[in-house]
Amino acid sequence: MSETPQPALTPLFEVFVRSRRGLDHIHVGSLHAHDPEQALAYARDTYLRRGEGASIWVVESQHITASQESDAASFYDPMDDKPYRHATYYTVPEDIDTL
Amino acid sequence: MDATTQPDTEDDIAQYAIRLGDDALIHGQRLCEWSSQAPTLEEDLALSNVALDLLGRARLLYTYAGEHLNCSEDALAFSRDEPHFQNVLMVELPRGDFAFTMLRQLFIDLFEIRFFNALTYSQDKQLAAIAAKTLKEVEYHVRRSREWLPRLALGTPESKRRLQAAADELWGYINELFEVDALERRLIEQSIAPDRQNFYDDWLAEIQHLAIQCQLELPDSPWQVAGGRAGRHTEHFGHLLSELQFLQRAHPGAQW
Repeated sequence: MSETPQPALTPLFEVFVRSRRGLDHIHVGSLHAHDPEQALAYARDTYLRRGEGASIWVVESQHITASQESDAASFYDPMDDKPYRHATYYTVPEDIDTL
Repeated sequence: MDATTQPDTEDDIAQYAIRLGDDALIHGQRLCEWSSQAPTLEEDLALSNVALDLLGRARLLYTYAGEHLNCSEDALAFSRDEPHFQNVLMVELPRGDFAFTMLRQLFIDLFEIRFFNALTYSQDKQLAAIAAKTLKEVEYHVRRSREWLPRLALGTPESKRRLQAAADELWGYINELFEVDALERRLIEQSIAPDRQNFYDDWLAEIQHLAIQCQLELPDSPWQVAGGRAGRHTEHFGHLLSELQFLQRAHPGAQW
């Protein structure tokens, strides 16, 4: 292994954008920045160059706790045999387009 | 205003729009030189974004001037020679290192936030409208450059050294931002142009405040450049124009 010191990386941030009022913030990607303010500015320049958004959230990636692949069996499989919990039998009214 | 002074004022406004356009075009061209060269991918996009704001501003101003002079925005950008460009010399200086680029940006942004705010009150409706659009962009630019200053000043000994070197180099070019010549004086009297000199004290106070926070020494330059507004440029400008104008010079009238 090389002993060359690697340049210190700036923290990684996850970016969430709400495209218009009434919708939820959606994860659009991630970027490196020195601090949250810079992450917000970079998010604007990286992901909103064509007017895609009305609101941005950034959060340092290390603050996200994620489920693990190995937990899949205990987390999700038990739901499969409980169809009465699924809203499958409702019909969505025609003029609702953001459900 | 009587009929005999009307044409002169319109000529003045066209020239004024051209010089504001020149400041934006040349500064934008310098920022474009960072494309694919910036310290990080994110900063690359951010710098290009500011550059595009500046090019967009130049287009609006050239188009407005062109309506009076009966020529296209492209003719103004690509077919004029050095002596006809009236930009301040600070914007044509080579991009330098990142500290130089960002400190120049800060000096200009802090000026422009005041200048374009005042220009929104211009008696010329078109200039006022362009200023209103520009002001929104500058508010974002200044936010960026203001945040970069402490990062560079208080970051590493190397970044501090580079920032201080940039301050020493740039200080002799600030006077031109606040220079008022005969043309601008005529427009100031008609409430078409804001008086640049009014912004100096406030601008300097903000710079001094930031410098104290960032432990940056503001130079006491004995020299101040002049001449950009009169078409006298630095030795760097010809090289910039040859790159900017190459395509239109080699293939006149070429279009996308």
